Amino acid sequence: MIFWVLAVVSVCAALGVIFTRKAVYSAMMLAVVMLSLAVLYAVQDAPFLAFVQVIVYTGAVLMLFLFVVMLVGVTSTDSLVETIRAQRFLAAVAAIGFVVLLAVGFGNAALPAVKGLRGANANGNVEGLAELIFSRYVFAFEVTSALLITAALGAMVLAHRERTTPKPTQKDLSKQRFLVGEHPTPLPGPGTYARHNAVDMPALLPDGTMSELSVNPIIARRGRLGPEFHADLHGDSGEEAAEKDLAAVKAVTDKAVTKETDQ
Amino acid sequence: MSPAHYLVLSMILFTIGGVGVLIRRNAIVVFMCIELMLNATNLAFVTFSRMHGELDGQVIAFFVMVVAAAEVVVGLAIIMTIFRSRRSSSVDDANLLKY
Repeated sequence: MIFWVLAVVSVCAALGVIFTRKAVYSAMMLAVVMLSLAVLYAVQDAPFLAFVQVIVYTGAVLMLFLFVVMLVGVTSTDSLVETIRAQRFLAAVAAIGFVVLLAVGFGNAALPAVKGLRGANANGNVEGLAELIFSRYVFAFEVTSALLITAALGAMVLAHRERTTPKPTQKDLSKQRFLVGEHPTPLPGPGTYARHNAVDMPALLPDGTMSELSVNPIIARRGRLGPEFHADLHGDSGEEAAEKDLAAVKAVTDKAVTKETDQ
Repeated sequence: MSPAHYLVLSMILFTIGGVGVLIRRNAIVVFMCIELMLNATNLAFVTFSRMHGELDGQVIAFFVMVVAAAEVVVGLAIIMTIFRSRRSSSVDDANLLKY
């Protein structure tokens, strides 16, 4: 029962991997395939491999894939134009031919009766695997460590970027800003009102008007800028709120003054 | 469930991965399809292991996973490097050695 459910799920997800256009969806579908394969391993008396599958594949390898998708650009979808004529048709023919080849070989194979892993797993699956890895496959295991070190070094060398031009100094950067000539100074920051420092409070220009440049363009486009939209924080209208603020400040200063005179 | 079912599932997944390698042109997705094929072979190894009552198949599957992890690291680094110099992750655009 569990096999049929997972078989259908994994085949559908595998088809999803190759037919969705966005790489992120492909990665998610691949995660589904790998998780269902992990359960199939567990069902087949391979609990260690099931956990390694979840931790290494779904946890590490797929996250690496997602990171690279993120770096390369999530929006990069495949174009559907075929660059090689009849590529998809030929791929389908090759797939059918391959399946026929496998099926013929499989049909001719004489499958022995299932022995099951009860005997091999008698001392525990992990113990059995460890016994094999550190005795019969110990050389392959040692070579694996060399492979992993080589891979790590290779990734470091490939991902490293040599700086071919000197790093631009602050002087160079400022020169560049003035050459472009658009807005050499930093944009005015929002929240320069005394009462609020919210991000939708624009800075005031010398003539008292609001500078839309000082707030996030998305907020500026909504058109809800200025103190009147914050009046509800301290009162009904802007003036009322200002009066209340004034009273509060006066109370605090009065208190400080009386304290000083008491001493 | 008899091992034949598992082997057929493994065959189907391997073929789907192969088709993906043939038809997709985003290098990352091609890589995912290679991972799919490796996973399909792992399923076959685990099934064979159960069929023969030996753990050797699981050990081999374990080694396949290790090699796949190393391959993914190097392969994705290569994809990143190509993307950095050519601003594209399509396998069609890396054609400097063509002709």
